[in-house]
Amino acid sequence: MIAYEQNITRGKKPTFGARRYERNLVEETQKEVSDETVWMLAVRDKRDKAAFANLFDHFAPRLKGFIMKTGMPGEQAEEIVQDVMLTVWRKAAQFDPHRAQVSAWIYQITRNRQIDVIRKNNRPLPEELIEPPSLECDISQMLALDQEGQHLRQALAQLSDDQRLAVEKAYLGELTHQEISEQTGLPLGTIKSRIRLGLERLRLELKGLR
Amino acid sequence: MTKINHHIPDSMLAAYAAGTLPQPFAIVVASHISMCAHCRGSYEAHQAVGGVVLDGTEIAKISGDLKSSILTQLDEPFTPAAVYDRSGIYPGPVVKTLKGNEPRWKTLGMGVRQDILSADSEGSLRLLYIPAGQAVPEHSHSGLELTLILQGSFSDHTGQFGIGDVEIGDPDLEHTPIADPGDPCICLAATDAPLRFKSLVPRLFQPLFRI
Ligand SMILES: [Zn+2]
Repeated sequence: MIAYEQNITRGKKPTFGARRYERNLVEETQKEVSDETVWMLAVRDKRDKAAFANLFDHFAPRLKGFIMKTGMPGEQAEEIVQDVMLTVWRKAAQFDPHRAQVSAWIYQITRNRQIDVIRKNNRPLPEELIEPPSLECDISQMLALDQEGQHLRQALAQLSDDQRLAVEKAYLGELTHQEISEQTGLPLGTIKSRIRLGLERLRLELKGLR
Repeated sequence: MTKINHHIPDSMLAAYAAGTLPQPFAIVVASHISMCAHCRGSYEAHQAVGGVVLDGTEIAKISGDLKSSILTQLDEPFTPAAVYDRSGIYPGPVVKTLKGNEPRWKTLGMGVRQDILSADSEGSLRLLYIPAGQAVPEHSHSGLELTLILQGSFSDHTGQFGIGDVEIGDPDLEHTPIADPGDPCICLAATDAPLRFKSLVPRLFQPLFRI
């Protein structure tokens, strides 16, 4: 975790002044955007290759482990890792930190790619909602979303082994919708509300969203 | 704009995020999410859970040259995949399925028309056109059916369904939706089993009409 750097955002107002940071270090430390988000924004806004390399170091080994869990051999898994990481670079403009943590965004790219590889037909995807560059970034929303991600992590860790395994299987694509119980035991309501606030932010800018 | 009242169930959104929904259902879900911020929020929440699972996965060692190979590809030109935006009443995923063309309606009788977009072992996907006041031919379901309203509205004994609403039919539901007065009702309907019409089209002709 590092303090959020103003220079990577497209917004204008500095939110964390150095003075405030000194005054209450603990409180400000909790108000940090994750490293991954900082790297991803540097990739999105500045096409920063060093930041991309950091994302690779963090995600590539996890991605390979995740893909191999679905039964793909290591060599094929690395091909998907490569496709996913290149997509992260090429479609960076679609990343919106007000609605998604980097891991969530990469998760979806990965599943989409795996399914496109396994099946012949293209995966149907919703219309993209791309954050207009004119929109000022809202750090409190980004931080709140990060915090919801933490809550989810804790909630997952607190599940019984059976429940946690069921959740993992569901998101690894090993369960049909009939098999996915609506009761995963995860408190999804709060993160849904938070993401909807992130969508609300776009609503005024984008037509046809309701 | 009317409010969307009938949404996609959570288990289906989770399966959609994970990629396990049959293709016809996935197209309906992608279309609904394109129209519904509520379900887009839920879908993105499922991505967040997927992200937590991904982040917690045991790591696997990456081959030595993968990173440098990817870094050298960053500046290579690439052609982005075609993007299908909404066109008229049709959301992007439907436009993509239609390959950007208008639907090719086939008459079913009584003013009802359909365009079968796909039909295979995974189920079928079709557009239906139902004139105001006209009943959708009565049918019961041997599988699951998802119907997304794109224009107009219909009502059955379970309620009214307007633009953006999704009706979920299961084998227990026997219903006769009737298109409400106003614009003809156009909807996108997916099933994971062949429909069985009780009237209008005798079973005998089913293979002919690919219903
Ligand atoms: Zn909805």
